[in-house]
Amino acid sequence: MSAKTDNLKEVEARSKAALPQDIVDWIGECKKRPHPESQLISTLHKVQGHYGYLAKEQMDAVAQLMQIPASKVTGVATFYHFFRLHPRGQFIINVCLGTACYVKGADRVVEKLKLELGIDFGETTKDGLFSLEASRCLGTCGLAPVVMIGDDVHGGVTPDKVPALLETYINKARSLRKQSR
Amino acid sequence: MSNPGLATYTGLAKKAESILDDRRESGKIRIQVGSATCEHAAGSNAVYEEFRRHIEASGRDDIILRRTGCTGRCSREPIVGVMVPGHLPVKYQLVDHDTAHDIFTSHILGGKPVTEKILDGSADESVQYEIMLCSGERCGRNKHLNLTKLFEKNLPKTALELGQVRLVSANCFGLCPSGGKGSAGHALIRPDNVLYHIENENDIREIIDNHILKGNVVERLRKHTEAISQRFFDMYGDVAFFNKQSRTALRNAGVINPEDIYEYIHYNGFEALARVLEKGDPQWVIEKITASKLRGRGGGGYPTGMKWANARKTTEETRYIICNADEGDPGAFMDRSMLESDPFSIVEGMIIGGYAIGASHGFFYIRAEYPLAIKRIEHAIDECRKLGLLGDNILGTGFSFDLEIRLGAGAFVCGEETALIHSIEGLRGQPRIRPPYPSQSGLWGKPTVINNVETFANVPAVLLYGSEWFRNIGTEKSGGTKVFALAGKVNHTGLVEVPMGTTLREVVFDIGGGVPNGKKLKAVQTGGPAGGCIPEKFLDTEVDFDTLAQVDSIMGSGGMIILDEDDCIVDIARFFIAFSQDESCGKCTPCREGTKRMLEILERITGGTGTPADLVKLERLATLVKKSSLCGLGRAAPNPVLSTLKQFRAEYEAHVFDKKCPAKKCSALIKYEIDPNKCVGCTLCAKNCPVPCISGVRRELHVIDQAKCIKCGRCFEVCRFDAVQRL
Ligand SMILES: Cc1cc2nc3c(=O)[nH]c(=O)nc-3n(C[C@H](O)[C@H](O)[C@H](O)COP(=O)(O)O)c2cc1C
Ligand code: SF4
Ligand code: SF4
Ligand code: SF4
Ligand code: FES
Ligand code: FES
Repeated sequence: MSAKTDNLKEVEARSKAALPQDIVDWIGECKKRPHPESQLISTLHKVQGHYGYLAKEQMDAVAQLMQIPASKVTGVATFYHFFRLHPRGQFIINVCLGTACYVKGADRVVEKLKLELGIDFGETTKDGLFSLEASRCLGTCGLAPVVMIGDDVHGGVTPDKVPALLETYINKARSLRKQSR
Repeated sequence: MSNPGLATYTGLAKKAESILDDRRESGKIRIQVGSATCEHAAGSNAVYEEFRRHIEASGRDDIILRRTGCTGRCSREPIVGVMVPGHLPVKYQLVDHDTAHDIFTSHILGGKPVTEKILDGSADESVQYEIMLCSGERCGRNKHLNLTKLFEKNLPKTALELGQVRLVSANCFGLCPSGGKGSAGHALIRPDNVLYHIENENDIREIIDNHILKGNVVERLRKHTEAISQRFFDMYGDVAFFNKQSRTALRNAGVINPEDIYEYIHYNGFEALARVLEKGDPQWVIEKITASKLRGRGGGGYPTGMKWANARKTTEETRYIICNADEGDPGAFMDRSMLESDPFSIVEGMIIGGYAIGASHGFFYIRAEYPLAIKRIEHAIDECRKLGLLGDNILGTGFSFDLEIRLGAGAFVCGEETALIHSIEGLRGQPRIRPPYPSQSGLWGKPTVINNVETFANVPAVLLYGSEWFRNIGTEKSGGTKVFALAGKVNHTGLVEVPMGTTLREVVFDIGGGVPNGKKLKAVQTGGPAGGCIPEKFLDTEVDFDTLAQVDSIMGSGGMIILDEDDCIVDIARFFIAFSQDESCGKCTPCREGTKRMLEILERITGGTGTPADLVKLERLATLVKKSSLCGLGRAAPNPVLSTLKQFRAEYEAHVFDKKCPAKKCSALIKYEIDPNKCVGCTLCAKNCPVPCISGVRRELHVIDQAKCIKCGRCFEVCRFDAVQRL
């Protein structure tokens, strides 16, 4: 430390390299406006949007570029349920466990999903395809029970419909893989 | 010197008119498809695509396809409206790919509506005129002028019998005569969209003779102020689910395209703002809002005018206004629907609020779980900036104000005002002790007003139609309507907007259609995790902030979950405590530890190991947590327990003393057995058992291995011979 007191430039360059350019630019924009530190949560949303989760490397980079203590960044990332600190599957299955869905039998849908996928909440299938998560309400209670897979919300899901539903996404993943090849 | 606000606005309105005229062109057929998270979940995107393909293939240029938000008729989505000029609009329900095809070929091309898919109870093509009669609180309770009877008496018998004319009674049009109850009534003639003010039987005769029989509008009786719900009723008035409602906050839901600012302007959008700016007196706005008796729709019911006045009184000149769109109550979706279906009205409400309290900056705090709502609000803000409705010098009046969106990140406690402020500041969303209240010291230490989405949606309506009008719709202490999100064990799930003071029974049975499958209603859960369960005997309670508190629940933000005889009240209490425990921010001990201990006790009771002493402990702990927690989350978390302990004590006692779950829900207290006399050996149960633990061969008695059974109830559901019993 004492020999080289100012390695700011070096650290900054390293932090910039750890993040996609649009997020680096975004942080730059925030700093021009009042209260830049208030954009921490929005920034973490962007990072998670890009990588699917918040890795330590990226959180440190955000801390550095936004000039917010790393402890504070971790504090925020762990406080909010929406943020994930570990990688997740290609499709995130979000089962609503809100009141409306609960009284309409969401617990049974959960059982079926766990059985079919062989995983518990917070886990990812071995093939990396699905992660199972619970949500406290997706705002489509009128269609309960509701399950969100990726960006699609599915209403009126019964245990019987689960296998076919999963099949759609397995096929989707397959065709996506083909496309990328 | 007069302000150019109104003049600039008139310019905008003219522009909107000409843009829409170009687009609409009279004589064109319009197909509208709902577009909101719920509509998409039900499959409306595919339906939209199907219509688009058909229109393209037909090569016709007289068919317009458009999107609207959602109407709040969740259980019948996707909903599609078809408007053929000169005919009543036809609404279809549960439209899928095939239905879309049928609608296009039969209705659009062939002129014959697909009758079997028409949305519940609405008119079909044989109806020429529909006469909608206001039977709201003021018009409808008129002993001397029973409009329905008088119309029936004077209409030619054949017209009614042949179904050419339909009489429909609707809830308050929002045009209540100022001359007190019963001085006059209102009738809306569809599809002509003409509204009449009726004072006596002669008026009725004149309307029938001239308008209904000859098609000539009776100008003498015509009302020229458009009723707030008129455009909604014009589109949906024949649908039973809707005409018992009174649409103020949801006035544009399912009517306008939420991504088109010109449509909003066309329906008087931003006129309230223009008038306010023209007047140039923030104090006047606050007085209007105060006089309207608008109370916060986020749950607390704090008078909005008073909140604004508190902020305005402060000496600090930088002030902020925030829209609380964190909609945390699980089972509530009013705010989502409003944000998605009518985003401009909320933006307008916020600009007016900002002006009233003297803020130049506002924030939307939207939960991240609502991506479409976020997108629509973003779009609305951009559009407003383009037209000079946000930013510097709004409408040329010198008033500057801008809005920004901040996202939540899945913490329920962030709906609490001080936690929400911390979250916007980029911190962990933990509440702090109040006072100071945010209206004195909030965001970055500045005076801050936080209001709910629905509160803001009502603001333009109050200013456009007047405080007296708004106050008249509601009750003595609380003006206007309330939107409820009806879900759970009810036939028609969806959004219901009714005047304050409507009874729970009307909401659940008349509009919601009661409990499905012939089951009995057990309770109406209101207020979510902060509320309680209202038993059947209190269904005649008139909804309002104070009345619901009297029956040990709260109004809350509008979530209303219907529970039936299959729902265990103790399990529901456990559900909510588990929720609050999970969402407790952990800052204060009573809430952090208390909810955990309460949950343990409730788990013991539902698990069959509860003792009588547990009931005493539970009640004591609940009272303690309620009294000593720091914020509203902890203070309200015990409510579901206290309410059910009071209203449904016998059910707790059955679990504790008799080790029985009367609703047969708690799996530790039930078992499944196969009745040897009824089982025919069809093997269906064995095939469906997930364990599997049912043995038996085809055509012989099947038996459940009790040691292995996880009591999932599948066998009970699938057996077609009633052989599986739940004991
Ligand atoms: C734990 C908790 C959660 C809350 N969640 C919400 C919410 O999701 N939406 C909301 O408008 N108000 C919520 N509130 C109430 C707000 O704190 C606040 O009173 C309200 O937004 C004020 O707006 P109003 O006066 O227009 O009702 C919540 C309160 C608490 C204690
Ligand atoms: S009552 Fe609960 S949520 Fe509120 S501050 Fe205390 S621990 Fe946090
Ligand atoms: S489903 Fe019913 S009838 Fe068929 S084997 Fe099972 S218990 Fe017997
Ligand atoms: S309740 Fe479920 S686990 Fe038990 S026997 Fe029936 S199907 Fe099998
Ligand atoms: S409770 Fe499941 S979507 Fe709201
Ligand atoms: S009761 Fe008729 S307009 Fe209100």
